[in-house]
Amino acid sequence: MAKNQRRLNLSQKYQLMTRGLDWETTYQPMDKVFPYDKYEGIKITDWDKWQDPFRLTMDAYWKYQAEKERKLYAILDSVVQNNSQQNISDARYLNAVKIWMQGVTPLEYAAFRGFNMLGRGFRGAGARVACQFQAIDEMRHYQTQVHAFAHYNKFFNGFNQHARIRDRAWYLSIPKSYFEDAMTAGPFEFITAISFSFEYVLTNLLFMPFVSGAAHNGDMATTTFGFSAQSDESRHMTLGLEIVKFMLEQHEDNVPIVQEWLDKWFWRGYRLLGLIGTMMDYMLPKKVMSWRQAWEIYWEENGVALFNDLARYGIRMPKHHETATREKYRITHEFWSTIYQFSHATALYTWLPDEEEMDWLCAEYGELFEKLYKPRYEYWRELDARGERFFQKRLPVVCNVCQIPIFHTYPDDPCKNICLVSEYKGTKHQMCSEGCKDIFDREPEKYCQAYIPPQQIYQGNCGGATLEDYRKWLHIRDEDAGEYYGSEDNQLWEKWQAEAARV
Amino acid sequence: MPENVFIALQNTPEAQPIIEAIVADNDNAVVNESPGMVKIDCPKRLVLRRETVEEKLGQEFNLQDIHLTLISLSGNIDEDEDEFVLHWDF
Repeated sequence: MAKNQRRLNLSQKYQLMTRGLDWETTYQPMDKVFPYDKYEGIKITDWDKWQDPFRLTMDAYWKYQAEKERKLYAILDSVVQNNSQQNISDARYLNAVKIWMQGVTPLEYAAFRGFNMLGRGFRGAGARVACQFQAIDEMRHYQTQVHAFAHYNKFFNGFNQHARIRDRAWYLSIPKSYFEDAMTAGPFEFITAISFSFEYVLTNLLFMPFVSGAAHNGDMATTTFGFSAQSDESRHMTLGLEIVKFMLEQHEDNVPIVQEWLDKWFWRGYRLLGLIGTMMDYMLPKKVMSWRQAWEIYWEENGVALFNDLARYGIRMPKHHETATREKYRITHEFWSTIYQFSHATALYTWLPDEEEMDWLCAEYGELFEKLYKPRYEYWRELDARGERFFQKRLPVVCNVCQIPIFHTYPDDPCKNICLVSEYKGTKHQMCSEGCKDIFDREPEKYCQAYIPPQQIYQGNCGGATLEDYRKWLHIRDEDAGEYYGSEDNQLWEKWQAEAARV
Repeated sequence: MPENVFIALQNTPEAQPIIEAIVADNDNAVVNESPGMVKIDCPKRLVLRRETVEEKLGQEFNLQDIHLTLISLSGNIDEDEDEFVLHWDF
């Protein structure tokens, strides 16, 4: 079909709308106008070499984003009008959505802040334009998620006051610390951490199998905002890959710096995603795929292909990737066991897998699950039957880097707990793994200042020094937390099911 | 050695001509369907051609419109008015 020749082509339009937007400053030296883009040691000789391969310009951006928003809000209206909360597979499922709202949604806001800083901080106008788009995207994700969850909040516990618990809940320091670590680094490390390691290498595991799982479990709201957000995400991932290639191409001195960041942020991202894997394996009543399978597809296939491509720049696979792959058979079981024991101190419910789910876990995880984790769940089930549902009485020791409770085991021995210690300025700091210990030892002055919630709580800095005081300060009611079976969510769901069965 | 690039699209009527065009233009493309989503894997290189989408769709198509149905992708990108290409270069 004939094209309209009077129009600019994509590449001409991109050049016109992302170049020549700035100037060499004369009242102030450029280094004072852009004070943060050199101290990390990254050398850029020609910012004009940076290109957005999508060649997205502001006019096209607004057009597509407006269209995405119109579609999304039409569906969210429909979710509300049609009582779609009753169409999900089971109310247990919503606890995965609560983790999303409590843990992931605030990251969207943190990303909004981070990319605003980058949209000001980089010297190159093309990269600044792309970061400004992304900042607006991230705010959109935050808002659409809060709007989508607001409907569930009318019926179910755990969805209220997300901003307060984001600041105060001990377990939410896991995702929060990831972004705060990135935001307190320089702009190049931030974009490597977020756009490349988190978005390119790892968020496919969050937005693809998990959101597909939301679709499978009848959650129209989450599926819709999830895929709508992920359509922006593919642009963000592309920015991440381009900026990494750009740094590597600009100067050979950048290669070892970038490699260290990839090592660090691969491990931090992997640790964070253990939580997503747990949502997939334990919190989706109807399964799409297991964490093990998702890891094989999205890391062992797609992630490794990406690193093969980067090998020509002198980049090798990230440190400790073998450990991550070895842990694919155990990480979600160790994680769920931990959440199960501590859910009375969260705004979530937990439960034990039923017989059918136990069979699925055995099929997906084989002998290791059957030997180690199934007996543990059966033991807890016996306790539960005796009216002694198992909860820990104290909060756990958490890793000084990833802030995950130290429940992990040695890579070559899943029966032996690991806790590694680094001493810095006379204080001992505990870590969950060689990966996190390497990160601590590389920047001890940074991580020795980390805010570790359980320590702060027991020092009395969070409403008092007991778990009860702390729960009050957090504004968690007994009804919001603990065991799912018998909870208010469970009772409401049973009532709806009984009504549906009657007609 | 893992070498696939991929593109994932929402499983909507709008995405159908795009999926059909990819299948038509890439002999080694493998289509994986899961709830709400279609993921297409292809060794080393995958091309989406505007003309093929237009044939399937029966009207003009702007390649940038894939932003409305795109979920995710993997691979280096080359895009102009006529082609959207994902590739690994090793």
